[in-house]
Amino acid sequence: MKKVLTGNFAAAYGATAAKVNVISAYPITPQTTIVEILSEIVADGELNAEFVKVESEHSALACCIGAQATGARTFTATSSQGLALMHELIHWAARARLPIIMVNVNRAMAPGWSIWADATDSISQRDTGWIQMYCENNQEVFDTVLMSYKISESESVMLPALINLDAFFLSHTSQVVDLYNEARIDQFLSKYDPKIKLDVDDPHAFGALTSPEHYYEFSYKMHEAQINAIRVIKEVGQEFGKIFGRTYDLTESYRCDDAELILVSYGTIAGTAKEAVDQMRNSGIVVGVLKIRYFRPFPTEDVIKALHPAKKVGVIDRAVSYGQSGPFFNEIRSTLYHESTPLYGFIAGLGGRDVSTHDIENMVDIMQNDPAQDLIWIGVKNVD
Amino acid sequence: MGKKQKNDQPVEFKSIKDMPDTPTSVGSMLVNKTSTWRSIRPVIIDEKCKRCMICWKYCPEPAIHPTDPPSVDYNYCKGCGICYEECPFDAIIIEQEGK
Amino acid sequence: MVEIRFHGRGGQGAVKGSDILAVAAFHEGKEVQAFPFFGVERRGAPVTAFTRISNEEIRIHCYIYDPDVLVILDPTLICAVPLSDGLKENGKIIINSMKEPSEFSFPDAKNPHVYTADCSSIAMKFGLGTQESPIINTTILGAVAKATGLVKIESVVKAIRERIPTRTEPNAQAAIEAFEQLHV
Repeated sequence: MKKVLTGNFAAAYGATAAKVNVISAYPITPQTTIVEILSEIVADGELNAEFVKVESEHSALACCIGAQATGARTFTATSSQGLALMHELIHWAARARLPIIMVNVNRAMAPGWSIWADATDSISQRDTGWIQMYCENNQEVFDTVLMSYKISESESVMLPALINLDAFFLSHTSQVVDLYNEARIDQFLSKYDPKIKLDVDDPHAFGALTSPEHYYEFSYKMHEAQINAIRVIKEVGQEFGKIFGRTYDLTESYRCDDAELILVSYGTIAGTAKEAVDQMRNSGIVVGVLKIRYFRPFPTEDVIKALHPAKKVGVIDRAVSYGQSGPFFNEIRSTLYHESTPLYGFIAGLGGRDVSTHDIENMVDIMQNDPAQDLIWIGVKNVD
Repeated sequence: MGKKQKNDQPVEFKSIKDMPDTPTSVGSMLVNKTSTWRSIRPVIIDEKCKRCMICWKYCPEPAIHPTDPPSVDYNYCKGCGICYEECPFDAIIIEQEGK
Repeated sequence: MVEIRFHGRGGQGAVKGSDILAVAAFHEGKEVQAFPFFGVERRGAPVTAFTRISNEEIRIHCYIYDPDVLVILDPTLICAVPLSDGLKENGKIIINSMKEPSEFSFPDAKNPHVYTADCSSIAMKFGLGTQESPIINTTILGAVAKATGLVKIESVVKAIRERIPTRTEPNAQAAIEAFEQLHV
């Protein structure tokens, strides 16, 4: 069944379709409608789940951690300051190996007080051990929520996942979304049944003091699980394609095969870049887009393969790693360490600044005419 | 994993694959008896005890069982003396360990 | 792809209007996108919203700078904001006004086709909003359907019934009346 939905509704319907058992979230602009619609769905009895009201984002994730540990499938959603407040428990959820699914509406960090799109909030959670991915459109939001349960709950992964969508550019934008049919979703996603859980009939202790004797090995296993996730994401993406007709991977190449210039980006900017690529190809510029869906695990091999034909590569970041460069640019630079491809690091769209096809044409113009640079601020005003 | 561990030795894993994904232990307190932490022991005097159960409520471990009369679980009592302090009837006395 | 930009004031329903137009086009099998210019909307403040309608997947996610159609819910905005900025040549402008189209001039636009409909009066007739601030988003969509031919009035009515949970029928009837009143 197709409907015209905002990104936030697509996220909420994704959690509903995954038949989550426990939802706990605290409202924050621009995530609020996710919480609103889910509380309505639960109150109306359309989803047999516990909706736990809490006093902060920290408590929301704590609630999901407790519930998930009992073997429940959980969902939460937040944005920006709320995600930052969760930080301690974001580490906890991953190290406790609880496959919680969280939707984060990418919003800038304050001050200046901003409710607009910026990926700095989620990038700040890079080293927590969560799977982290970025959506381009509302269909991808719905599909990814469904797929993420299957990926995260896989025995060889057992890691939580953070699904990111750009504030307003997805969260409040209506698009056509296919919600599929329930029977086929149930066929795709079976019940969550962890090997180990809190159970009064079979008691275990969790999260105990771990001496230097063992902590190191747990960290090794976390990394191993992230690497396993690369294979699982591909398998689940293929299976999803067979059932629902949309196949997903860690990256998506758009007109890259013969491209002389390749732009790398994520989120909604990748969509706008595809449009700009079509326009530029019409005027003879041979350019392509590599959309990165997964930031963690980082698809190193796929990126090397996709970018290999390019004479020059530009990376568009809607975030900054202050004192270094764009965070995705960093990844691409280290991935291409053994190649000699000139790299351009573009910063664009911070704090919700619009990134138009014209801006993207401007970036390609710089790639054609200027020497490679790690940090190019697109559209920054009044810099002498 | 998933099975109750009966041995009372710290678990050693031959392969990292056998290790759980996260610090998880099964019945570890059954083997990890904390009685060795104690230098004094509380003893309940049945004749003085009024069964008010205040010792049971106050024991932080909890190593006092609500039996009749209440009984100290010497496998876990760490000898903090709180029960002795709180008993309103002087029904608990303290003895030195190792005597 | 057709790009439509709505200009209104907070409280007139421009954002909802852009959404209903998208839903109407969706019912005719189109790919659609609708979104507001994300400000902190307050009653009376200028509000911008966008709709894209296409036969193919819509991948672009930026604001609309060169619209095919402008929908102006409040004619007093014409002095306040450079509305016709970027309007494509032979673009269409639909204005909520009791004046004649010839009374408006858009020097920035190349050969614009201007249409007017007295949506405020129609909305008041159906009891939508108050005398001081009628809610005209659904009404003007009737005029948009007629002036542009982008969607059928039946699709607009269907979308209104889907998206407006209260006072649904007066909203639908107001759209139909605006559709019938507008001369093209």
